[in-house]
Amino acid sequence: MRREIPIAICFLAGIFYTLELFIPHRQVLSIFETVRQWAQILIAFAYVLAIANILRVNFHAIQKNQRDWPYKVVLIVSLFFMITLGIFFGGIGEGTIFDWVYYHAQYPLQSTMFALLAFFIASAAFRAFRIRTLEAALLAVTAVLVMIGRVPVGEELWNNFPDFTEWIMNVPQLAGKRAIMIGAALGAISTALKVLTGLERTYLGGE
Amino acid sequence: MKVISFIRVLFFFLYFLLIASPLSFAQEDLSQSWFNPHRVNMLIFLIFFFAIIIYFIDRAKKGKSLFIRRIAGLDAIEEAVGRATEMGKPVLFIPGIEDIDQIQTVAAMIILGNVAKMVAAYDTPLFVPICRPMVVPVAEERVKEGYASAGRPDAYNRDNVRYISDEQFAYAAGVQGIMLRDRPAANLMFGSFFAESLMLAETGFLTGAIQVAGTANIHQLPFFVVACDYTIIGEELFASSAYLSKEPKLLGSLKGSDLTKAIIIGILALGAILETLGITQFTRWFFIE
Amino acid sequence: MKRILEKLETLDRRIIFIFIFLSIAIPLLLPVNMDFSVTPPVRSFYDAIESIPPGSKVLVSCDYDPGSMPELFPMNVAAFYHLLSRDLKVITIQLWPTGTLLAERAMSEVLKDLPVKEYGVDWVNLGFKEGREVVMVSLGTSIPKTFPNDMHGTKIEDIPIMEGVNTFDDIAMLVNISGGLPGTREWVQQVVLRYHVKLGSGCTAVVAPEFYPYLQSGQLVGLLGGMKGAAEYEKLIKRPGTARRGMDAQSVSHIVVFLFILIGNIAYFSVKGVKKRLKV
Repeated sequence: MRREIPIAICFLAGIFYTLELFIPHRQVLSIFETVRQWAQILIAFAYVLAIANILRVNFHAIQKNQRDWPYKVVLIVSLFFMITLGIFFGGIGEGTIFDWVYYHAQYPLQSTMFALLAFFIASAAFRAFRIRTLEAALLAVTAVLVMIGRVPVGEELWNNFPDFTEWIMNVPQLAGKRAIMIGAALGAISTALKVLTGLERTYLGGE
Repeated sequence: MKVISFIRVLFFFLYFLLIASPLSFAQEDLSQSWFNPHRVNMLIFLIFFFAIIIYFIDRAKKGKSLFIRRIAGLDAIEEAVGRATEMGKPVLFIPGIEDIDQIQTVAAMIILGNVAKMVAAYDTPLFVPICRPMVVPVAEERVKEGYASAGRPDAYNRDNVRYISDEQFAYAAGVQGIMLRDRPAANLMFGSFFAESLMLAETGFLTGAIQVAGTANIHQLPFFVVACDYTIIGEELFASSAYLSKEPKLLGSLKGSDLTKAIIIGILALGAILETLGITQFTRWFFIE
Repeated sequence: MKRILEKLETLDRRIIFIFIFLSIAIPLLLPVNMDFSVTPPVRSFYDAIESIPPGSKVLVSCDYDPGSMPELFPMNVAAFYHLLSRDLKVITIQLWPTGTLLAERAMSEVLKDLPVKEYGVDWVNLGFKEGREVVMVSLGTSIPKTFPNDMHGTKIEDIPIMEGVNTFDDIAMLVNISGGLPGTREWVQQVVLRYHVKLGSGCTAVVAPEFYPYLQSGQLVGLLGGMKGAAEYEKLIKRPGTARRGMDAQSVSHIVVFLFILIGNIAYFSVKGVKKRLKV
């Protein structure tokens, strides 16, 4: 029963959402609406689970004096600090303390992380674009053309460079992308079907 | 006979799609209708696709052997786990940054179960950092199950499946931290990845880990191809459960998908020819209102 | 010479990092303001908004975080400015918790140029709602039920701009500023197909190629891809912003990456010779 009930729920939920695509009746739509509200509540409650997991893992590490445990203290303090600011110190709107911390701490931290990508892309490109074979040569040449053509300097070099890169994006790039997309979509539908019908039940565990 | 019955099914499908399904509708109020006639084509496709998959599963159940080509990336998982064991270092499994309602994450969980079995058998630590809260219980269950089925339930450490953050870059920073501190010898990245993919893969490359990645997020594939030792592309990710388990039922469903893809290629080719000739009705039948 | 080439072949990545840093920092400090033309996806995004009659309501979903802010914030500001300057009504929502404050900031920047625009009358921020795709579909059934209050807790019934807004039928266009998932892909899959809404997207450069199929099929009416897309859009609305300023830096850094690829290959073939490398 430990596995049959979840599979049955999964099946009914899957069929339910599939039917929603085909049944436009008002009464049925209102049932869908209610179920969607349940789903929203369920997703929101998952954060409680996640916070419990964070606290458990990090408290264990602090208790056992594991390497880098002071960082875990910072993590837990920051977690409760932001929750407290949001709830007890004027909410999260513009001009609040929460907003100030968000803008002056989270914004630069996250932007820095994303900015690192520029450095990683450069070092990966340097390493990867070696013309070892004909395919690698095609890849490298196309990459360089698109890279130069999509910035103003490309247009300075040749007026039609942006149009040429647009063509690369719209024709050869898109053809390959569509092929992978169609394959991946079919794979996703097939996996969904296996999950719904209980053929694929490994994700449930407890075998 | 089989070819004839297949042609029959195909004919039936095309008949409904091209003749029986309505071509166009005026915008009308459907709030009192029990069926949306604009989506007949979609319904027929779904039924047809499901029928093909069920047919092949049924065939597989009857003991027909089904061929599946080698997927180097999935074979490499065992090699990576073996190498980590030899080096006495942990294995890191990153299941993407999406929630459990994303089918890629479900596929990642399926692979995680298999990886957990392998690491339990080799007695190698397995770290699973999680980005979305809903994935935590599923991943815990999968890893626990893997250890149990390898006969090592005592070796399962609950703290190794850990929620990091559902903030993309906070998560990336957390995982990069694990890579640099614990120096896993194998990084397995399966699921839905975005901008963090190259950060993770490059950091993994820096630590000298053997890296296997798989995603259906096409825009991240180039990054994985560049920085990882093996990359599983698009639908190969969804074929993983069948490939790893070799269970006939799952292999059957894979065959069904392949046949459907072949039919879609045929339809695309026909559509392209007809469009080139100026006949647009055929492609219009596939539009979804 | 050979030793130099060998070193170049396995160049320390930190040297590459320094060059990339300089190639971005110097043009930002000493801009040249290179000119550029507008590409068709950006032009069609602009035209789609231009074609909406004044007074219509546009839903803007700001689904991004500070990480992708350098690329997406300029287009968010530009989109708000374009919409409000055309007397369109802006209803903004966020499906990413981090998007709420960014949308507020984007609007404050715009209001410096358009101080007459009034909260609740010309624009409203309905805030963040957890639920991702579920929220998207719920909006199709009922916007007031999905967002019963705005982000400050004011009831929807008390907000003038929300009068007569029930479903996507009452929305002239949907604009999505997308940093990942949930984002443009999900809006296309869940909403465009079901409710036939016009959708324009602004996304990061790395994801933009994935949305080209939607653009070709008409499921997207326009696409702003990354900082270049944002800069082109700023040019169209004649309000240069941070994206425009970033164009020189992007140009130089692309050239530097190209040079590194070139150097890498020259070193690669020089060390052992073309024949050995290509195994011919």
